[in-house]
Amino acid sequence: MLHVAVATRAFRRYSTYRAATVSGIFTNSVFGIIYSFAYLALWEANPTAGGYDAQDAVTYVWLGQALLMTIALWGGGTTDDLAERVRTGDIAIDLYRPVGLVGWYLASDLGRAAYHLLTRGFGPTVIGLVVFDIALPGSALDAAAFAVSLVLAVVVSFAIRFLVASTAFWLLDQSGVKVMSGAFAIFFSGMMLPLVLFPGWLGTVANALPWASYVQVPADIWLGKHQGVDLLAALSFQVAWAVVLLAACHGVLRLATRKVVVQGG
Amino acid sequence: MGDLRTYGQIAWLWIRAAWQYPTSFVLLAVGNGLITGLDFVGLWIMFSHLRDLAGFTLHEVALLYGSASLALAVADTAIGSVERIGTYIRTGRLDQMMTKPVPLLVQVCADQFTLRRLGRLTQAAVVFGWACTYVDWTPLRVLVAVSMLVSGALLFFGLFVGFSCIQFWTTDATEFANAFTYGGATVTQYPLSIFPREVMVGLTFVIPVAFVNWYPCLYLLGRSDPFGSPDALQFASPVAGILTMVAALLVWRTGVRHYTSTGS
Repeated sequence: MLHVAVATRAFRRYSTYRAATVSGIFTNSVFGIIYSFAYLALWEANPTAGGYDAQDAVTYVWLGQALLMTIALWGGGTTDDLAERVRTGDIAIDLYRPVGLVGWYLASDLGRAAYHLLTRGFGPTVIGLVVFDIALPGSALDAAAFAVSLVLAVVVSFAIRFLVASTAFWLLDQSGVKVMSGAFAIFFSGMMLPLVLFPGWLGTVANALPWASYVQVPADIWLGKHQGVDLLAALSFQVAWAVVLLAACHGVLRLATRKVVVQGG
Repeated sequence: MGDLRTYGQIAWLWIRAAWQYPTSFVLLAVGNGLITGLDFVGLWIMFSHLRDLAGFTLHEVALLYGSASLALAVADTAIGSVERIGTYIRTGRLDQMMTKPVPLLVQVCADQFTLRRLGRLTQAAVVFGWACTYVDWTPLRVLVAVSMLVSGALLFFGLFVGFSCIQFWTTDATEFANAFTYGGATVTQYPLSIFPREVMVGLTFVIPVAFVNWYPCLYLLGRSDPFGSPDALQFASPVAGILTMVAALLVWRTGVRHYTSTGS
């Protein structure tokens, strides 16, 4: 119950900035249009690149724009609060609360993601549908699997962002690590270019890394590229990374609390 | 000139401040280089599936990419902080700045100056340098290339300042400006021939980013415009740069005059 309350408060907190939301949807859509034309040119020159057709490619672009904020691809989200509280020393208060830190921030981040999905996710998708006639999930099963995959994407992304924010325990400032991690996320999530286009070993590596669960896996499920056992495997891939990374969050937090020296005390 | 000196002093102050977290300082520079570096790797992967993109080969696209990226990096390093003006308004820092004997625009641009774009600058310069080896140079082409980089930086300067002024009217719509600044930068990475004619017209006359690299690069590459636009446009970048800049400064002045503080 507590975690639901945390999530709803986070949802409401992010919904305060209406103008920011509208301008964000506008910006995502502008980028969606730019990339759509770039991909259309690519698939016109090579109509079967990466096993996608032109409509798949354009759909992929708009899904990427819709997911950008929902999974907080650039980093940030509620884990920024954590890093800031470590820097200021307020984290000491959080640590003697009778609630687990990871669960608290995860709930809060899911609330944030829900808000961003309904606005920054839904907005560009509708525009993509109207302007570029993007594909919709082929079956109810695909749609349901996409929803599950999306939640898992947020959890995996949260765990990585939590680990990044935790570096503040040692470095006091997460910004450098955050930018590095954002760079990897953009590239290896398939946000910049679908991972299906990555050649040879680079493609194999990229598809095995946790970032693949951000955009590539949910998008492929939406496009119906995973069916039957394959669909189950795709979701299991995300679950596995979520479990491993959340465990790492707990581990890092245990290490960190052992060394915390509250500033000024 | 005095303003430029003050700008330098404020910038130096912020570099020293950022150095207080040395690990972050280094990682920020490396990370930003990495982002743009991977950006180019993306382009390169794209070309492993293609012979040309809308008629342009990899090294031609690299020339477009490198020149635009270089112009953006210069503008962003010099005045990127202007994006944060909404925060200054919200926290009341703009009022403090107004009481100081240094032009407001200089203070806003130099504030929180960061060298994080050094990475991007280096990466863009390398790509541009590589692409330049494929250009068939003549004295006039060298001149056009230099004027392209200067005008490109001026254009982005104008776009950053101009669109940031929206925040004088609404303080939390920072992202709106990104569509034009970073959106403009992204558009210029591709040959404009991938877009429909209407988009090209918009990018020439409304948000004139086509002058950042597209028109001058057509001249450098000795190509005729796929849309059949007049050749004179290939030399018009300085005009576009100065016009954008003047427009942006006018908008800035209107914004500052409109500003009535948040205090009451």
